[in-house]
Amino acid sequence: MQINDIFKHLQKIDPGIVLEEDTAYLYIDPSKWEEISKELASNKDLFFDYLMCITSYDLGSGKLGLAYNLYSNTIKHSVEIKIEFDQIVEIPSVASIWKTADWHEREAYDMMGVIFTGHPDMKRILLSDDWEGYPLRKDYKEPDYYRGVPVPKDKTAWE
Amino acid sequence: MDSVVGSLNKTLISLFSEISLDVSLLFLVAVIIPGIVIFLIMTVNAIVAVYMERKVSAFMQDRLGPMEVGIFGFKGGKKFWGGIGQTIADAIKLLVKEDIIPKDANKFLMVLAPFIIFIGAFVTFIGVPFSNGLVISDFNIGILYVIAMSSVGVIGIILAGWASNNKWSLYGAMRAAAQIISYEIPIGLSLLLIVIVVGSLEMSAIVNWQAENRWFIIHSPFALLGFLIYFISGVAETNRVPFDIPEAESELVAGWMTEYSGFRWALFFLSEYTNMLIVCIIASIVFLGGWLSPFQLFDIPGIEIPESFFVLDGFYMGMFWLLLKTVLLIFVMMWIRWTFPRLRVDQLMYLCWKVFIPFALANLVFVCIWELLF
Amino acid sequence: MGIDNLKDTGSIKADEMVLNMGPQHPSTHGVLRLKIHTDGEIVSKIEPIIGYLHRCFEKHCENLSYEQIIPFVDRCDYLASMHMDHAYSMTVEKLLDIELPERVEYIRVIISELQRIASHLVAIGTFGLDVGAITPFTWTIRDRERVLDLFEALCGARLLYNYIWPGGVSHDLSPKFIQRTIEFLDYFDKQYDEYNELLTGNPIFVERTADVGVIPADVAVNQGVTGPSLRGSGVAYDLRKTEPYSIYEKFEFDVPVGEGKMGTVGDCWDRYSVRMLEMRESIKIIRQAMSSIPDGDVHSAMPKRIRPKKGSVYSRYESARGDVGFYIISDGKNIPLRVKMRSPAFCNLSALSEISEGWMISDVITILGSLDIVLGEIDR
Repeated sequence: MQINDIFKHLQKIDPGIVLEEDTAYLYIDPSKWEEISKELASNKDLFFDYLMCITSYDLGSGKLGLAYNLYSNTIKHSVEIKIEFDQIVEIPSVASIWKTADWHEREAYDMMGVIFTGHPDMKRILLSDDWEGYPLRKDYKEPDYYRGVPVPKDKTAWE
Repeated sequence: MDSVVGSLNKTLISLFSEISLDVSLLFLVAVIIPGIVIFLIMTVNAIVAVYMERKVSAFMQDRLGPMEVGIFGFKGGKKFWGGIGQTIADAIKLLVKEDIIPKDANKFLMVLAPFIIFIGAFVTFIGVPFSNGLVISDFNIGILYVIAMSSVGVIGIILAGWASNNKWSLYGAMRAAAQIISYEIPIGLSLLLIVIVVGSLEMSAIVNWQAENRWFIIHSPFALLGFLIYFISGVAETNRVPFDIPEAESELVAGWMTEYSGFRWALFFLSEYTNMLIVCIIASIVFLGGWLSPFQLFDIPGIEIPESFFVLDGFYMGMFWLLLKTVLLIFVMMWIRWTFPRLRVDQLMYLCWKVFIPFALANLVFVCIWELLF
Repeated sequence: MGIDNLKDTGSIKADEMVLNMGPQHPSTHGVLRLKIHTDGEIVSKIEPIIGYLHRCFEKHCENLSYEQIIPFVDRCDYLASMHMDHAYSMTVEKLLDIELPERVEYIRVIISELQRIASHLVAIGTFGLDVGAITPFTWTIRDRERVLDLFEALCGARLLYNYIWPGGVSHDLSPKFIQRTIEFLDYFDKQYDEYNELLTGNPIFVERTADVGVIPADVAVNQGVTGPSLRGSGVAYDLRKTEPYSIYEKFEFDVPVGEGKMGTVGDCWDRYSVRMLEMRESIKIIRQAMSSIPDGDVHSAMPKRIRPKKGSVYSRYESARGDVGFYIISDGKNIPLRVKMRSPAFCNLSALSEISEGWMISDVITILGSLDIVLGEIDR
């Protein structure tokens, strides 16, 4: 299925879905994501059984984004879904549909501070549990001390 | 037959008969001298066997093995005797290493454990002959004694695993206990087969029987099967690949030896290689004709062996033949080790209880029938 | 009261023991930590804890220009650096819309397949170590060394190459490269049979790996397991075939999948055998590519500076461990806004807890070995 067909199919559920010109991804609203993810995974015409990647990104000025890349092993088509939202908005977890999402969502939480509702085990994955802040956000400030050890700030050597 | 302690005692008494010394004191000396000799044998065996193992494994893995450390400026380089001083250097390194005992370990038991394992291997040698008459004490229950003593080490292993206060060690110790105790049974059963045929538990009697009749490995198909069961179980008893489950490196780090270092660990190592030697010596004595020369195998009626070949028999040649057979068996053990992967715990138990023990039991019956028929 | 308690539970249950495997352990393939809840030898729950090798790859990328990222990409999957280079360069090329010269594509395919052989050799060798066989490891490392020698002649480095750049490769093939590679392949064909004799049919090896750690196909897809581990479960998903990138559609090769020859489809033995068979296919591809490599300049398409338009791109690549994806968002500057790497081993490892429950501690090691993880890539 081409991106246009998928777009038309999903418009039935959420009329607010956006397909920009010349791009291959769909913008959807965070509140509709739960419904749409179920439709993507279970509908026989779409049947996206493989969640390739969840990318979280920070657009600056308090806007975060998530990009879901999906692929169907049976129909052999792929789609990219983007959700852009404010920092405080919670996103429904898709870990119950695609188990890959479990660790990817934990990583998004760890690095970008995206909070997922309904996730089985929402905690940091790559950083230690007592880390403060979300390092990949654009407004992240490096701590002066980590566990009492001063953090070197001189970066002339590698810039 | 005379044993070493007895004859040593007699020699000493005759030597010191001019000086009026207490005879019981001389007996003590006669006991200590063989003790030192056993310890030397164990040490030399460990050093030589480790060197051999490293060279054999290097040969099988397309490497060179140790090739830098020599003795007295004698270096072999890339030749097969290269690095001949390596194991001596290793032994010295182990002895001078810092001795570490974990804070929460049971200090007394942890110190005790290596000595129990060591003593288990040490006292076994009392009943192990090296040639015709070259034995510390030739009991009339020789085989029984060797089997009994070689399983004393299990106590030390369990102590070591428990006292280290380490979960890996505990797992290793539990596995070792289950494994070694289980494999005692097929070993015992396959040796019992020989005892039934010979009618004696004495080592020298078993070899004499083989001298008069034929070696047990070609005695009957059942004795051959018994040999295979004994040898494989022996590999399991010494915790070597493919039965190195108690110290499975990739699973349990080092099993029950995880927390040991330096001298204590060296004792474990020494005992391990000693057990290997004992298993192989017993196998060669019981199944491969001990100190008998292999030319006896060609003693077929009709073909005369030249008289000059009998030079190859006798006391010193007997020692040579026994050691040759032993080294060959040790080589086979190393060969197995560097070829096979490791079994899993349940598969190991399956092999012991469902394969070896039924076969060994059936073997006993069939050997009796064989003896009655032929 | 005690009797009543026994009646309630139906069986006597011993206390669970929590075993910390790693981060320092001989067979966790790096600094992985596994929190294993065990009931005797049986594993009842397993929790992988990662992050001990986290080197802030993605944060670094936000401060480096596109060219400067390549050495960092190398260090992610240090056993298959060429694949990482290739995957990253492909993504940047997609972002820049660069058409590559034929010769560059051929070189990249040859190098990638050699790298696949090298990486699979390590995987097979360490898998042998995990089940307790030491000799296969030294043998495979010996032959991997030959591939590394080829790479050394090619670009001077043995492990972290920085060879494939966006728009081309850093050097053309060295003069005797093709001849030496053919010599290696002829030599390797013989060695390949030796591995088969040593491991593939070895009864103890089969006993340890067949029927152990079965990943059913649907679970594998749902968990995002990719690469040889997924194909071991019988799913013929290989990006070189399903969505051919570079020039893979020109070559003839098969996608080996697990057939359950020794046990069930998707067991550890199948994952092992898929890796073995894949090396055969790689040899086939290299031989085809060598025979038809065209002449040309390898630097002609290389951009002077990389400054892509605004936009984002996701591209996929079949590395030795599976489906490597790079998601790059550009905001028009010479440094990316965001680089996200979809690491295959990360997803493969997340399946571990599901498939290893109910097996023994020894089997957990076997399963972990059969997944062939590289911690540098998981923790990034």
